[in-house]
Amino acid sequence: MWRWLHPYAKPEATYRLVDKLLPWFAGLTLISLLVGMVWGLAFAPADYQQGDSYRIIYIHVPAAIFSMGAYFGMAICGAIALIWQIKTAEWALPAIAPVGAAMTAIALFTGAIWGKPMWGTWWVWDARLTSELILLFLYIGVMALYAAFDDARTGAKAASILAIVGVVNLPIIHYSVEWWNTLHQGATITKFERPSIATSMLWPLLISLLGFMLLTATLVLMRYKNQLLKHELNRPWAQAELALDSRESAEETR
Amino acid sequence: MTAMQLWRSVLSKDLRLAARRRSDAINPLIFLLMVITLFPLGVGPGPDILARIAPGIIWVAALLATLLGVDRIFKDDYADGSLEQLCLLPQPLAFTVSAKMVSHWLLSGLPLVILSPLLALLLSLPTSAYGALSLSLLLGTPALSALAAIGASLTLPLQRGSALISLILLPLFIPLLIFATSAVESAGMGMAVHGQLAILAAISVLTVTLAPLAVAAGVRMSVN
Repeated sequence: MWRWLHPYAKPEATYRLVDKLLPWFAGLTLISLLVGMVWGLAFAPADYQQGDSYRIIYIHVPAAIFSMGAYFGMAICGAIALIWQIKTAEWALPAIAPVGAAMTAIALFTGAIWGKPMWGTWWVWDARLTSELILLFLYIGVMALYAAFDDARTGAKAASILAIVGVVNLPIIHYSVEWWNTLHQGATITKFERPSIATSMLWPLLISLLGFMLLTATLVLMRYKNQLLKHELNRPWAQAELALDSRESAEETR
Repeated sequence: MTAMQLWRSVLSKDLRLAARRRSDAINPLIFLLMVITLFPLGVGPGPDILARIAPGIIWVAALLATLLGVDRIFKDDYADGSLEQLCLLPQPLAFTVSAKMVSHWLLSGLPLVILSPLLALLLSLPTSAYGALSLSLLLGTPALSALAAIGASLTLPLQRGSALISLILLPLFIPLLIFATSAVESAGMGMAVHGQLAILAAISVLTVTLAPLAVAAGVRMSVN
């Protein structure tokens, strides 16, 4: 495995890999999001209690899950950057953090929209809502800390340590609905027993989950590509890549 | 010098420095008292309202007072180069920096615990909650000091890091605030508080044991 992973400490090799993967991720994202959203929002049966307003689950749950998933990925990248001192892992932090923060914001926003008709309020200081809000603050903290240093490597190290410390919040978010009796409902699919949701509603949800996972990955890869180019701007390979890109776009306009 | 001797000398140096420059340690406490004075003026002096919001006020003021003292933990040692020397020593850095956490706690956490009955009196907290308030501060403030040390070590090289420290520390403080205030509120209503206090103690044990590792990594990052 090490021999396979080793070349990707070199930014150029990583850039090639990302470049190769990106179209696949983007294409699959488009397909699965389209299928998941259309199936979930238009064709899945309405809920017997909540009517059509439950359909926001197809955006809310995937966004919430991958707001945590992105954070975990960011913390893993931070650990890799700290332990093996790999530059390319450091650059993943600024690539992931804004995407994860956006997912968190989407989860909070759709949750508020869902909460208004169901609970009669936009916001309650419920354990899960609060811990998800803390997650947003943690993302903001990581981004602010990364940006505060003039030297990008020092900033990346500081942000990595903070990201790892913040991981304690993830189990709190996940188990908040079990540890506290709160307004937010319990888990429906992220548990070991049979999912407590009808199969006709489950399938579109799973496809939406896949779509959001791929969407997160695609956005992160796009940002990561830019990070690689930005940090290696003075290297010949990056110059060649940029020259190639500008030539291609010039040909397209012609 | 063994690691233990080094630990003790770092701690005693910090305490001696604080004794020579008392205002550094006392100012955050006066700030805390003033914040607490502002609330009765702001929300009205009715004892029933004050008693209801007292746990939250005291704990929020404690968090803010902790933030005021954060700069003190490493800034001077960083400026005069002694932090760099500590990094170069063969004694484990994580253990040495835990002395810094302890000195921060002795200078900001412990006075809070001692002051807490006075604060409770000022905010007319029910007498039954006094014990829970002091205990929640005693169990919670070590975690505050440990987290504060993480924040301090991460922002050392920055000239104007204090706003950033608040930004990264306050989210980490939130769980403590939730359990501590819930303990004091339950005590005020005459209910059992063991559960919340046990969780506070668990958070503190976890933070105090693991934070030195993060602090050591942060100090190494800042120094090189």
